[in-house]
Amino acid sequence: MIEAIDITKYYGDFPAVTGLNFSVEQGEVLGFLGPNGAGKSTTMKILTGFIPPSSGTAKIAGYDIVEQSLLARRHIGYLPETVPLYEDMVVSDYLSFMGQIRGMSSSQLKKRIDEVVELCRLEEYRDTIIGKLSKGYRQRVGISQAILHEPDVLVLDEPTIGIDPIQVVETRQLIKNLGEEHTLILSSHILPEVSMICDRVIIIHEGQIVAVDDPSNLGTSLSGIERVEIEVKGPNREMLPVLEKVKGVQSIERIPVTGGAYHRYHITVDIGQDLRHDLAKTVVANGWELLKLQSLGMSLEEIFLRLTIEEEQLPSPLGEAS
Amino acid sequence: MTNLIAITRKETKAYFSTPSAYIVGAMFLVLTGVFFVFDVSTPFAEAGVRGLSDWASFFIVFLAPLITMKLLAEEQKLGTLELLLTSPVREWEVVLGKYLASLLMLLAIQSVTLYYVFIVYFFGNPDTGPVISAYLGLILHGAAALAVGMLGSSLSGNQIISAVVATAILLIFSFVNRVSSLVDGAVAEFINALSMNARLSDFSRGVIDLSHVVYFLSIVAIFLFLSIRSLETRRWR
Repeated sequence: MIEAIDITKYYGDFPAVTGLNFSVEQGEVLGFLGPNGAGKSTTMKILTGFIPPSSGTAKIAGYDIVEQSLLARRHIGYLPETVPLYEDMVVSDYLSFMGQIRGMSSSQLKKRIDEVVELCRLEEYRDTIIGKLSKGYRQRVGISQAILHEPDVLVLDEPTIGIDPIQVVETRQLIKNLGEEHTLILSSHILPEVSMICDRVIIIHEGQIVAVDDPSNLGTSLSGIERVEIEVKGPNREMLPVLEKVKGVQSIERIPVTGGAYHRYHITVDIGQDLRHDLAKTVVANGWELLKLQSLGMSLEEIFLRLTIEEEQLPSPLGEAS
Repeated sequence: MTNLIAITRKETKAYFSTPSAYIVGAMFLVLTGVFFVFDVSTPFAEAGVRGLSDWASFFIVFLAPLITMKLLAEEQKLGTLELLLTSPVREWEVVLGKYLASLLMLLAIQSVTLYYVFIVYFFGNPDTGPVISAYLGLILHGAAALAVGMLGSSLSGNQIISAVVATAILLIFSFVNRVSSLVDGAVAEFINALSMNARLSDFSRGVIDLSHVVYFLSIVAIFLFLSIRSLETRRWR
C-alpha cells in the first residue's frame, strides 16, 4: 500500500533522511520510531506529498507521490505533528470543508461527519469554535479530518505529543481501533505507544533505518543480552565471585538498596538462556536466602536507547587518532 | 472546480464572521466618507463622484493588502497549508479560490460607497456615464491590488510582512509616473504605461479605454500566476 524506494532528502547540505527503503502492506500498522530530529516528520511529509524527496520516490496505493501526486493524495489521510487547524472555524464546518476539498458530496459528508464525530467522541463539540478546544480535543478533530474521506492510508505524525495523560490513553485506543481498518503509519518517539499499537516497528536514527522488526521480537533478537534481577540475603563479598562463576553469566551489577539486609544484583546473561534455575540452585547450595529472582528481559525502551545511543558513543576513527 | 468553490466559500465565510474585515471595511468607509464630504462641500461643487473615486483608489492601495494578507500567510504560519496541499487540491485552486473570496469582500465594501452616489443623485443631477466609469475603474483597480496582495501573502508566513510588501509594490505602481518626467523617449513612455494612477484618472473623468481594462486584467493575471508559482516553490524550499 505504501512503498518508499530509496528516499533521500537534503535540506541545503544537511541530509534529513538518507536511503530509506520500506513498504507497508494493506492493513498493516507500521510504527516509525526515533528520537527528535531523526527524520520522522520529514519522511511523513514526503510520503504525503507535501515536500518532494531529493532523490528516490514513494508510492501510495500504486501511485507515484511526485508524478501522480493528485491521485496519490486522494488515498491519504494525514495528521501532521503540529495538528494544524483553522482556529476560527466551527468543528462541523471545518470537517465539511476538509471533506469537500477531498471530493466528497454533501450527502456523503453529512452521513460521514456524524460517524466520524461519534467515533472520535466529539459530539458535544460539533458547534464549538476550534480555537476554544483543548489540545486533546484538537487532536481528535485532527484525527477526524484524517479519516473523514475513508482513505486507504493513514499517516499520523506524533499523534499523542503534548496532550494530557488521560487523553493520551484514549487517543492510543482510538488509533489502535483505526489500525484494524486502515493501513497506518504512525511516527513516535515513545516506545510503549508503538509497541502497543503497531504490528511492525522501524527504528530511524539520524535519517537512516537502524532496525526493522515486530515489537515483541525487538526485545530479544536485537539486544543480544538478557538480564535477571536477583535479591539475596548473605555476605556480598562471598556471593559475588560465586555468582559470577555460574555458567552463562556475562556480568553482575550490584544495585544499591536502602534499608533491608539483603543485596540486589542485575545479572547480564547470554542470550536465549534461562539461568534462573542455576542461579537459584547456587544460592541455596551456599546457604544464602533467596528473596527474589526475576527475568528482566529487555524493554523496547532500552533497546531503543541502546540502538540510538551506541551509535553516538562509537568513537569516530578521527577522534581516536588525535 | 468544486475545490475552488469550496475554498472561496470557506474564505468568504471567514471574512464575514471575523471582526478584522469589518474593521478594515469601516476604516475605508470613514476615510472615503470624509473626503466625499470635503469634495461636495466646496462652493459650486460638481455633482459627481470624481473626488470620491480618486480618494477611494488611493486608499485601496492600503486596504487591499490588509484584506489579502492573511489568506496565504496564515495558512503557512498555522501549518494548515500542509493539510491543504496534501489534499487532492491544486495550487491554482487554492490561490484563485482565496482571491475570489477577497474580491467578493472588496466588492462588498465598495458597494457600501454607493450610498454616497445615492446622496449625489438625491441632491444633484450628476452625469451617469462618469459615475459608471469611475466605479469600473475602482473595481478593476481593486482587483489588481488584491492580486498584488495575494503575492505578498504567499511570500511570507508573517501577515505584517505580507501587507507591507504588497503595499510597497502597489505604491510603486501608483507613483511610478512621477519618475517618467526625469527621463524621456521610450523609457518615459514605458514607465507611464506601467502607472496605475495615470489610467485611473481617465476612468474618473468618464473615459473607458480598452487598453486600461486590459492593463488591469493583465496585472491580475500576472500577480496571481506569480502567487501560484510562489506557493509551488514553497514545497521545494
